[in-house]
Amino acid sequence: MTAIPLGVLDTGSANLASVLAAFRRMGVSPCLVRDADALRRADRLVLPGVGAFGAVMANLRTLGAADALTERITNGRPLLAICLGFQVLGVASAEAPGVAGLGIFGGVTQRYPASVRVPQLGWNSVTPTRADGVVQPGHAFFANSYYLDAADDAWSASYAEHGVRFVAAAERGSQLACQFHPELSGRWGAALLQRWWDRC
Amino acid sequence: MLTCRVIPCLDTTDGRVVKGVRFQHLRDAGAPVELAARYEGEGADELVLLDVTATTSSRGHALDTVRAIRRVLAIPLTVGGGIRGVADAVAVLEAGADKVAVNTAAYRDPALITALAERFGAQCVTLSIDAAAAGDDWMVVVRAGTENTLRSVVDWARTGEALGAGEILLTSMDRDGTRSGYHLALLQSVASQVGLPVVASGGARTPQDMIAAIAAGADAVLAASMFHDGDTTIAETKQALRSAGVAVRL
Repeated sequence: MTAIPLGVLDTGSANLASVLAAFRRMGVSPCLVRDADALRRADRLVLPGVGAFGAVMANLRTLGAADALTERITNGRPLLAICLGFQVLGVASAEAPGVAGLGIFGGVTQRYPASVRVPQLGWNSVTPTRADGVVQPGHAFFANSYYLDAADDAWSASYAEHGVRFVAAAERGSQLACQFHPELSGRWGAALLQRWWDRC
Repeated sequence: MLTCRVIPCLDTTDGRVVKGVRFQHLRDAGAPVELAARYEGEGADELVLLDVTATTSSRGHALDTVRAIRRVLAIPLTVGGGIRGVADAVAVLEAGADKVAVNTAAYRDPALITALAERFGAQCVTLSIDAAAAGDDWMVVVRAGTENTLRSVVDWARTGEALGAGEILLTSMDRDGTRSGYHLALLQSVASQVGLPVVASGGARTPQDMIAAIAAGADAVLAASMFHDGDTTIAETKQALRSAGVAVRL
């Protein structure tokens, strides 16, 4: 059985090429994974996400990946969840009422208020709550209409503001879940990916 | 807080960056990958890549250029030109785009906007609108400015938002390449009528033009000639915006 140093879960989401390119620039060869077995075997796993909450959850359940993912996360194995990949860690989303998320975080994602432009598209400043985390202060690129207002207590959160204060990222050991796109966040994002890699 | 984006635009045809005036008289402006890397290094917040002859010559977007740019680019890439259906969007996304910009095909078949938004999320779908002045109003023009639809721009922008678009890329055809400043009244009328982010395009010459566009309601400012011809760099532009009190990423 071949080792998978870095598996990127193919959830049928849109911007896989950007995620793959970011790791290749780091000198890492990512491997696309499409089933629960490969998902369990990967040393490090990326859960990317561009799309819609309901569709991605349906896809994860069809692949049999939802349970394997929950198991990985509960066991503290290396994980990078991006954007919608971050949101599916919540219990549910206002984007798809009635569809259950993985429930790692207790929160339900909400839509940004009408007082700001939705979707949030652009670079927002991220403020971590701990100094020695993988996430450092800086600007990250966001592309989202929904947000989570709190992460689980066992995770260290970073915050940003867009009409409301929301969770920009949550981390715990070698597990990092970002609402923003590190793969699109220039040098700051590349440095973040490297710190995550080094922590795994 | 969210910062204002400064977006260089690469109009391409046959693998080269070109730039015209009012969509006509295209001249060579460089190699796409080199320009993309340079602009990211200077602090570009995003890059827009438009294949300007794909629709009028009835071919798809040049995917090799998208792939080559993706290899070097660590900021968002929006790709437009020749996106006729979901399959074309999938192809440019797989090649390395983060967002797709639709224009003529979405006008002809508005259901395309909804189909793309349902599959990839609204944040992935940029509705590109080319506007031509008509008295006190603006009309939507399509097919790279060769066909005036006589449809009101504001009406089409609102419809696009309702159908699921995630952003409006609003180009004043009258100002395109003229370096006479953005069309502020056009920007104001659209930005005040939609809840989506609006990208100002067409006519930028100086950072002051960008400051005026942001004051008129734009969330992002796009320029081509101004940067290609070396009037100013993106870094200088963003410094000027910050000095004027505009939130930017430096």
